[in-house]
Amino acid sequence: MNLLFKTAARNILRNARRSLMTGSAVAAGALAMMLFGGFVSYIFAGLETINVQRVGHVSVFRTGYFLFGSGNPAAYGIGDYKRVMDLIAQDPKLKPLINVVTPTQSLVGIAGNFSGGNEASKTFLGVGIIPSARDRMRMWDERATGQTHPADGRLADGDEQRGLVGTGLARILGLCGPLHIAQCPTPPAQADNATPAARRDDVVSLAQLDAAPATAQKKDAAPRLELLAATVGGAPNVVSFAVAGAEPQGVRELDDNYIAMHLGLAQQLVYGRGEHKVTGIVLQLHRSEDVPLVRARLGEIIAANHLDLEVRDFRELSPFYVQVVAMFGSIFVFISLVMGVIVLFAVVNTMTMNVMERTNEIGTIRAMGVRRRGVRMQFILEGALIGAIGATLGAILALAIGAAVNHAGLTWMPPGNSSPAPFRVDVWGHPLLIGGTWVVLTLVAMSAALIPANRAARLSVVDALRHV
Amino acid sequence: MSPAAAPRPAPQPVHEGAAVRLRDAAKTYRNGAVEVPALRGISLDIPYHRFSMVIGASGSGKSTLLNLIGCIDAPTGGSVEVCGEKVARLDDDGLADFRAKNIGFIFQTFSLIPVLSAYENVEYPLVLVGTPEAERRRRTTQLLEAVGLAEHAQRRPNELSGGQRQRVAIARALVKAPQVVLADEPTANLDSATGQSIIELMRRVQAESRTTFVFATHDPQLMSQADEIFVIRDGTLVEQRHGRSGA
Repeated sequence: MNLLFKTAARNILRNARRSLMTGSAVAAGALAMMLFGGFVSYIFAGLETINVQRVGHVSVFRTGYFLFGSGNPAAYGIGDYKRVMDLIAQDPKLKPLINVVTPTQSLVGIAGNFSGGNEASKTFLGVGIIPSARDRMRMWDERATGQTHPADGRLADGDEQRGLVGTGLARILGLCGPLHIAQCPTPPAQADNATPAARRDDVVSLAQLDAAPATAQKKDAAPRLELLAATVGGAPNVVSFAVAGAEPQGVRELDDNYIAMHLGLAQQLVYGRGEHKVTGIVLQLHRSEDVPLVRARLGEIIAANHLDLEVRDFRELSPFYVQVVAMFGSIFVFISLVMGVIVLFAVVNTMTMNVMERTNEIGTIRAMGVRRRGVRMQFILEGALIGAIGATLGAILALAIGAAVNHAGLTWMPPGNSSPAPFRVDVWGHPLLIGGTWVVLTLVAMSAALIPANRAARLSVVDALRHV
Repeated sequence: MSPAAAPRPAPQPVHEGAAVRLRDAAKTYRNGAVEVPALRGISLDIPYHRFSMVIGASGSGKSTLLNLIGCIDAPTGGSVEVCGEKVARLDDDGLADFRAKNIGFIFQTFSLIPVLSAYENVEYPLVLVGTPEAERRRRTTQLLEAVGLAEHAQRRPNELSGGQRQRVAIARALVKAPQVVLADEPTANLDSATGQSIIELMRRVQAESRTTFVFATHDPQLMSQADEIFVIRDGTLVEQRHGRSGA
């Protein structure tokens, strides 16, 4: 084996230029696969972080809500949700795994801005949240992507009137000026007021009836929206909502419809003076890998307490995340296949030339008593060595380039992101990517050598010895 | 150390009978629809421990005969028996193992492995038969000393002269103490002085090791050393005569 290895290594050096070119092809393949793999891994980590910060890892809903509830969130409310939250938060198996447990209320309705000469209204998708829980969730960064958010001082647990809107909705409702949103056009002056003044005044009056005490409103200089929604009983309900700020939502459809409000305000709007429920209980874990464990445990708790609830994880709640992961995964596979084919042909070409040039040598060692299998092994080992050296070189280059890119401080806008994220190529953090690429390319090179190696092994000894 | 003072290779045990026995051995090459007979049914016995020569003009079939004796080609008719083994009974791996153990080759073009040093080239046949490392070292060093190349052991073939390369090839052929050494025109690529020294070297080590040497040659210098001479013409054995040993 030692002689076999020594001979293989020296034969590679014997045709140094040819081996260098072939090794470079393997290194280029390894470099491309590792850099793209590192980039994709970082995208996956970034998307996972964004989604986990937004919707947590796992959500508990009333059975059927996931499939049918968005049309009528109020009908799928979880009553006595505080008891359910306690069951989850105090469970000895779940407790060490959970970072945040918080209720959430989804709702749909119409938002109107009838102040300061505005006459705009728009349907909205609302979510009621606990501000402090939202702040904690937005600090989650298990993958060390650097995409954390400082605590949002615009919202407070004690102030139910304040909330945030998407920048698109702010633009549509004429809030760009009051909210001082950069690069946000104001609507052109309306020649004809489409909303009858009487109806507009009715909505404002209704909102003021349900709003917080007047003293609190006067102190708040934030622009206000009137939110109209149907209660559980089907009656219209209106609340006044102080817009503390606008945040881009990445996806235009969401940006043009998004309102995040205090859970209490959302409940007031949906349930009025009835029992305040929630549509979901969100769990954010310390580690994503615990999702299956937590799902299983939640299932046990639900069954043990005979609760009419179901559990969904963030992959189910964010199909966009799954689609992006699948798309980049497919691109990675495609690039890997292309690189594999390039390496395959480069090694086949080199090893075929080696076999031709060493035909007489093959005849000599066969005459001396080397079996066909020994000849085959010799060339396969040479192919594998070229692959291994090239892949090692590629890995070193990928690590160096990855480190340089990460230190360059580049940013980019990931799909679905609302703000630029650091552009990183995370090669070092993925030993499986490095090792997997190395093994695959070495195996490809070894397989590529198989064809010329078999040809060498099948050579007639006499013909090989006659070869000049 | 000069070749004259070199240690002797281990002598072969004395064998009776023929090292090589051919009966009606024929070899016909097929070139498309055309059949080209290279050997036309040769029968001969080559005794053990002799310096035997197969001579004949180019194309007479002497290299083909050596190929059959060396078990690197199969006859299309007749039988070949080497060292008591009917080679037709062996499969490809069996033949390879048989060659590794019993037959040494010396080629006209030396055919050393270019990426290995002289030492490693000589050691190679011992690796093939699984000789322990210490024994390999002892025998390789002994053979390199016997051919006068101990000081050049670490040189690659391209750093050696033609004569030195052929000495390495001789050491490589003898290191495993084979029963038969086959040499196809071993002096053809050497000048006459070098060729003469190579012949003397082979004669000396053959005498010391009592290995059976079979040459294919038309070098008169080499023929003058023969114990047995087989004359081949047009694929037929036309004459067998005793050489200088007079046996």
